[in-house]
Amino acid sequence: MPAANWREFLITQLVRASGYSAILIVALIFFFLVRESSPALSQADPASLFGARWYPIEGHFSLWPLLGGSLVVTLGAALIALPFGLATAVYIAEVAPRWAREILKPLVEILGGLPSVLLGFLGFLVLAPLVRTTLAIPTGLTAFTGALLLAGISIPTIVSISEDALDAVPRTYREAALALGATPWQTIWRVTVPAARSGIVTAVMLGLGRAVGETMTVMMVTGNAPVLPTGPAALFSPVRTMTATIAAEMGEVARGSTHYHVLFLIGLVLFLLSLVVNLIASSAVLRARRRAERLLS
Amino acid sequence: MTAPNASPTPARHRRRVQRLGYAFLTLAAVATVAPIVLVVAHIVVQGAPAISLAFLTEMPRAGMRQGGVLPAILGTFWLTLGTGALAVPLGIGAATYLAEYAPESRWTRAIRVALINLAGIPSVVYGLFGLGLFVLFLQFGTSLLAGSLTLSLMTLPVIISTAEEALRAVPNSFRVVSISLGGTRWQTVRRIVLPQALPGILTGVILGLERAAGETAPILFTAASFFLPRLPQSVFDPTMALPYHLFVISTQVPEMPVRLQYGTALVLLAFVLGMNLLATLIRSRARARRTW
Repeated sequence: MPAANWREFLITQLVRASGYSAILIVALIFFFLVRESSPALSQADPASLFGARWYPIEGHFSLWPLLGGSLVVTLGAALIALPFGLATAVYIAEVAPRWAREILKPLVEILGGLPSVLLGFLGFLVLAPLVRTTLAIPTGLTAFTGALLLAGISIPTIVSISEDALDAVPRTYREAALALGATPWQTIWRVTVPAARSGIVTAVMLGLGRAVGETMTVMMVTGNAPVLPTGPAALFSPVRTMTATIAAEMGEVARGSTHYHVLFLIGLVLFLLSLVVNLIASSAVLRARRRAERLLS
Repeated sequence: MTAPNASPTPARHRRRVQRLGYAFLTLAAVATVAPIVLVVAHIVVQGAPAISLAFLTEMPRAGMRQGGVLPAILGTFWLTLGTGALAVPLGIGAATYLAEYAPESRWTRAIRVALINLAGIPSVVYGLFGLGLFVLFLQFGTSLLAGSLTLSLMTLPVIISTAEEALRAVPNSFRVVSISLGGTRWQTVRRIVLPQALPGILTGVILGLERAAGETAPILFTAASFFLPRLPQSVFDPTMALPYHLFVISTQVPEMPVRLQYGTALVLLAFVLGMNLLATLIRSRARARRTW
């Protein structure tokens, strides 16, 4: 039946093409980011690109304050999300009774599905005033407020991936520890968690990757002041992240202006940043899988 | 001389550490999920008074300070539909390739690496890309079409990874039987594997579209409009959307009544949670019915 063969061939090619489209899309994104951002390098004064100020109206296009802003907010989020996320994952995977697990997992899933603009809205309306009054600082729109919300945004990723990693630890590990007289508590921290270490590292990296890329929430609650953070005090003052800068300014720039190209340059930096984070995180998983296969074989 | 009672025996000490540790873990887990319950409850309580038939079916009036959110609801609906129109066939196709056709080769690994990276790219970068490719280069303008295409690229990795997982969960014996009865590979996939994996795929599709429906950053420069006096007439028109509308009325419109802000937030929350619930229902029903 040549007709059927043709159909089979055609469909196979179609299916293969959609598989390869993923590579095409990544390449296209990279190409367009480079295409739109490369004029920035020739148009903008290099001194201003590596200066200390982001003030586009006067031609100051330094990315440092924005990188610093992203860094402060993300580190703050990590400090909050890491202990809570890890504790929740360990609780769900190792300690919780069945009924508690059935409540906790969907709730964490709901948090993962909440639109970031919704969290930004509540952060702006409820959390920021609360931060201002409890800490007695002039404004509640600070890096700290953003970090609190970003912690919430990265926690679902951290919890679900670390929980998978903990679940994947072979039962025999735990049984061996318990048989040697360790308490369940000792087993968790000396055997199970260390065995799931690489999965947990991946979880944290991907969670923080989400935090760095988060846009609407940080734009709405961090006060949007592009100043170079100089010390720990920066956590309690307004900042401006890279993502928020793109979102806030792209709507108003003239297409083709230096400012426009520099915003694409920020996008390229974000793209490369997420590329690096994801490559490291995924290679950690692969390496761990290979190690586990070696150990179990 | 026996040990004095003051210092507990090691066993008792360890039991105490364990009890304390478990209490601490429980507390941390509760502290993590309590805010989620609070957020949802707060929006429901504050938003409910604003919800009425008029709020859901009227155009905004008086600089959006009065009237309803109909164009935003419809806009999000159309954007979600448009996203699905591209992301669903392409996503299922790619998942089928990875689960059923792809050899273990360097190129297949490259596809997987590309997917991992797609999943990690910040949503605002998708927005930049959509602006560069769809809005400017292909000259779709700020439109439903450009926004849907941008969102569908962002949704693709979610759909592909869940669909692939669903396909891989179908037992291999199903394929072996179909092939041994003379079925071709595509017949096996279409008649046997895809139908069996359908609930899992559907769950992934809905979760992916849920994310697209709630996103703001990708449509910021590709589709969204601050305010439109009428509904979009074609796919080349800009549109309003619930998440962007919430952003606008909570930060850009002075003297915006808080009641309407919470009302809009509640509609968005209902939209997203409704999709989440649907996905959960499909998943649990399929699990209960599954025979393998």
